[in-house]
Amino acid sequence: MTAPTPLMIHDQMFWLTTERGIFWEKESVLILADLHFGKTGHFRKNGIGVPHAVYKEDMQRMVDLISLFKPKKLIAVGDLFHSADNLELSLFSKIRSDFALMEFILVKGNHDILADHWYEKNNIQLAYGSYGLDEFNFVHDPAEVPSNNNAFYFSGHLHPAITISGMGKQSLSFPCYYFTENTAILPAFSKFSGTAKVSKKKSNRIFAIVEHSIIEINN
Amino acid sequence: MKAKNFHPFSFQEACWEKIAEAESGLVNAPTGCGKTFSVFLGVLIDYINQHPDKYLTAKNNKLQLIWVTPLRALAKDIGRAMELVLEELQIPWKVGIRNGDTSTAERQKQKNNLPEILIITPESLHLLLAQKNCSSYFETLKFIAVDEWHELMGSKRGVQVELAISRLIGAAKNKLSIWGISATIGNLEDAKEVLLSPLNIKGSIIRAKMDKRIDIESIIPEEIENYPWAGHLGIKMVHRLVPIIEKSNTTLIFINTRGMSETWYQSLLTAAPQLAGAIALHHGSIEQELRRWVEEALHTQKLKAVVCTASLDLGVDFRPVDTVIQVGSPKGVARFLQRAGRSGHGPGEISKLYFLPTNALELVEAAALKQAIKEDMIESKIPMLLCFDVLIQYLCTLAIGEGFEPEKIFQEVRSTYCFADITVEEWQEALSNITQGGIALNQYDEYHKVIIEDGIYKIMNRAIAMRHRMHIGTIVSDAMLKVKFLGGAYVGVIEEYFISRLEPGDTFTLAGKNLELVMIKDMDVLVRKSSSKKSIVPSWNGGRMSLTANLGHMLRKTFNKALVDESDIEIKSLRTLFQVQQALSVIPRDNQLLIEQIETKDGYHLLVYPFEGRQVHEAMSAIIAYRIGQITPISFSIAMNDYGFELLSDQPIPVDNSNAQELFTTNNLLLDIQKSINSAEMAKRKFRDIAVIGGLIFQGFPGEHKKARHLQSSASLLFKVFEEYEPNNILLRQAYRELMEQQMEEVRLRTALDRISNSELLLRFPKQLTPLAFPITVDGLNRNSLSTEKLEDRVRKMQQQLEKN
Repeated sequence: MTAPTPLMIHDQMFWLTTERGIFWEKESVLILADLHFGKTGHFRKNGIGVPHAVYKEDMQRMVDLISLFKPKKLIAVGDLFHSADNLELSLFSKIRSDFALMEFILVKGNHDILADHWYEKNNIQLAYGSYGLDEFNFVHDPAEVPSNNNAFYFSGHLHPAITISGMGKQSLSFPCYYFTENTAILPAFSKFSGTAKVSKKKSNRIFAIVEHSIIEINN
Repeated sequence: MKAKNFHPFSFQEACWEKIAEAESGLVNAPTGCGKTFSVFLGVLIDYINQHPDKYLTAKNNKLQLIWVTPLRALAKDIGRAMELVLEELQIPWKVGIRNGDTSTAERQKQKNNLPEILIITPESLHLLLAQKNCSSYFETLKFIAVDEWHELMGSKRGVQVELAISRLIGAAKNKLSIWGISATIGNLEDAKEVLLSPLNIKGSIIRAKMDKRIDIESIIPEEIENYPWAGHLGIKMVHRLVPIIEKSNTTLIFINTRGMSETWYQSLLTAAPQLAGAIALHHGSIEQELRRWVEEALHTQKLKAVVCTASLDLGVDFRPVDTVIQVGSPKGVARFLQRAGRSGHGPGEISKLYFLPTNALELVEAAALKQAIKEDMIESKIPMLLCFDVLIQYLCTLAIGEGFEPEKIFQEVRSTYCFADITVEEWQEALSNITQGGIALNQYDEYHKVIIEDGIYKIMNRAIAMRHRMHIGTIVSDAMLKVKFLGGAYVGVIEEYFISRLEPGDTFTLAGKNLELVMIKDMDVLVRKSSSKKSIVPSWNGGRMSLTANLGHMLRKTFNKALVDESDIEIKSLRTLFQVQQALSVIPRDNQLLIEQIETKDGYHLLVYPFEGRQVHEAMSAIIAYRIGQITPISFSIAMNDYGFELLSDQPIPVDNSNAQELFTTNNLLLDIQKSINSAEMAKRKFRDIAVIGGLIFQGFPGEHKKARHLQSSASLLFKVFEEYEPNNILLRQAYRELMEQQMEEVRLRTALDRISNSELLLRFPKQLTPLAFPITVDGLNRNSLSTEKLEDRVRKMQQQLEKN
């Protein structure tokens, strides 16, 4: 793992990682978005042979982040699971129980269709619409962030990626963290997920994940 | 027969004789001289001979003949012709048609009582194999005829036919007789061998000796000086078509892509409103009913002209058609001949074809084509080998139907030409792909597709079976989206491939209008009028067809004539353009290789003109880019067309007289091929079709956008995932193999490079883009990239460049 990149939001320190997660220092919270756990299992169960290893790597990356920051709390801003229950989720359950003392909060996203008792059984606290902590809020879809609001929102849903281009018709695209005045959009945590192009506006800040480093895109 | 006043051609009689001897083979005859009857009547004569007493009375004889046809449009006409003959001969056989247009009721009727003759597309034949008890249908079968085999062979549909034939041979109680019908191609012997491979016999080729006169005329733009150097803008010349249409009986106007055909149709109506009602449009995405109406109207001479695509390329004899117009380069000699043959069907009649260029340089192609036809340089179709995507689809098809025993099916599969060299390991891999999803099981896996029950491989899950049935086929089509104004007014259709590369706010041209993309909603593209001067002209899929090697060879020779021999009207009319090329740079002759280095505001361009066709250029450009990248870390954006390729970089490209020759060496070729393939990501595009055929991606259906819940992913994402996590996957490996065999083929590249190293290298530094360079550099969409710089360095450099501007 490379050293995380520090970022001040509303006078508080946050750490952006190349592992696709943000750590909030003061409250000891790990923030992740669009993990889509069980997606490979769902495909495989339906006869589409996608490699299992993507899921395992996603799992491992989450464990690495938890081991590094030792957060008190993990907040998933939606799409923690991809679809209906399948065997792959029992691997998640096992890992969840390894970190039983860590609080786990899910702000429900459009993919989170499991029955409530499943979350309960796995010691996951559900939030509908949004979740608030200190002066910060957490939602799944950034479109739900109220305008003319002073509070800051963390969100996901979009799977943002930024395309940068240079001379000679060259262009490259990377998953990124996208910050507006009052919203952060996290990159999708799952490596088995597509991306949506976002574009840079003047007041926004974009941090691209370029292999093993985080590079702020200025233009 | 003679009483009916029917005078057979000698090739027909030869064919009947062979059929009577229970032989198999290939009939080579042009359209419109009774090739259908050569095989069909042979089958009937054989039937009469076998059943002299009861052929007039025996009904419900079950399936006797399967007639495979590549196009739905052909089925009805052939069926009608067959029914007429059966009526004349008073044989009470029934003819059934089976394709995507066949109604469910009709299918059910056929299932209960199969007709003696079944006319079917390769896809529908596989669907038939997906039915329970299907092998009982084929017990009585005696003949398989494959029409337009030249069109099927060399494609994955051809592989589908090969596999189906191997199954039919296994299911039939009789010894089957198989006949292919093919237009002339360069390798008829191969065509026969591929088709008959499952029978393991030699068979014979029967050739119809009929010379057809073809008259080709190029439509030369009036102001050739102002005619564009690139793009698809021939629409300006639409008024020139009007007199041709008016003086002809019926005209077919061939356009290379569906989208452009819409545009031409609209423009033709605007240019000649008097033709309203007398012209029609025909392409693959037009509603079935309308398509049928157009075909009917063509037969009965109700139409003056039809704007069409490859959908009317084949077979059907529309007798009233006496003129064909080809818009844009047909890219190959065989296709050009095929289209010319759509006019003047009758033996002895002249096929009249007009060629309308869509940019200036296409006129050179026209001259090259004429010469190639004179010299009879017709292309070969290269049969495809070891298509595991098609195999995996086929095995699942069988698993939905009656299920299969692997040992038996392995022997059948191995009898085909495509899979003759399949190893036991590869076969096991294909089986494990459908039963275990490719990788070893672990405790968290629930892969489910094909299950094994008493040694029989089956698919039991209904949802999986249903999805598979809907995706049988190997034509991976690009969805067409409707383009509408925000107010709802309809503009035209456009390929998803193109529109998905645009961002809201971008301006593009369609139906002669400049349109700004507002959003894509469901299957509709919403636009508003734009006054922007900068507009992207759609570069169509059809535009990406590669020039064949034959035509490339002829093209190099044709450039020898530029400014020297102006006996061809096309060459003469391009004088100004050639003069510009000569003044800025030089016109390469066929023993020379021109390299141009040009600096523009976009960066540093290196242009190379081998005239080998787009496919070879794609491979060669990757290798040359890789080799330059070994001199210094550098990043390239790569574009190509049929004449040459462009390497574009943000930094000066270190190529001069001292090292240019070396870049084209054949030393270390194989190693460099492998390295450049990996870094250029060319396999990704190949993987798209493979992923669809192999069942990893579900395409939407026309007019329907509801896809399987939570099961969507894109080919590029899957490619990335497989590359990283399962590089050994059988379908991923196939993408690389197809690339190696079809494009990066070592022998072909070596030949091309050898020719180049024996040529004189002309290195030029023009002050601006030349007529040869321009069409390549404007292609902004279909670019490859290759870099030998570190990713992080590239990002930092791009950021700095942006700051400077």
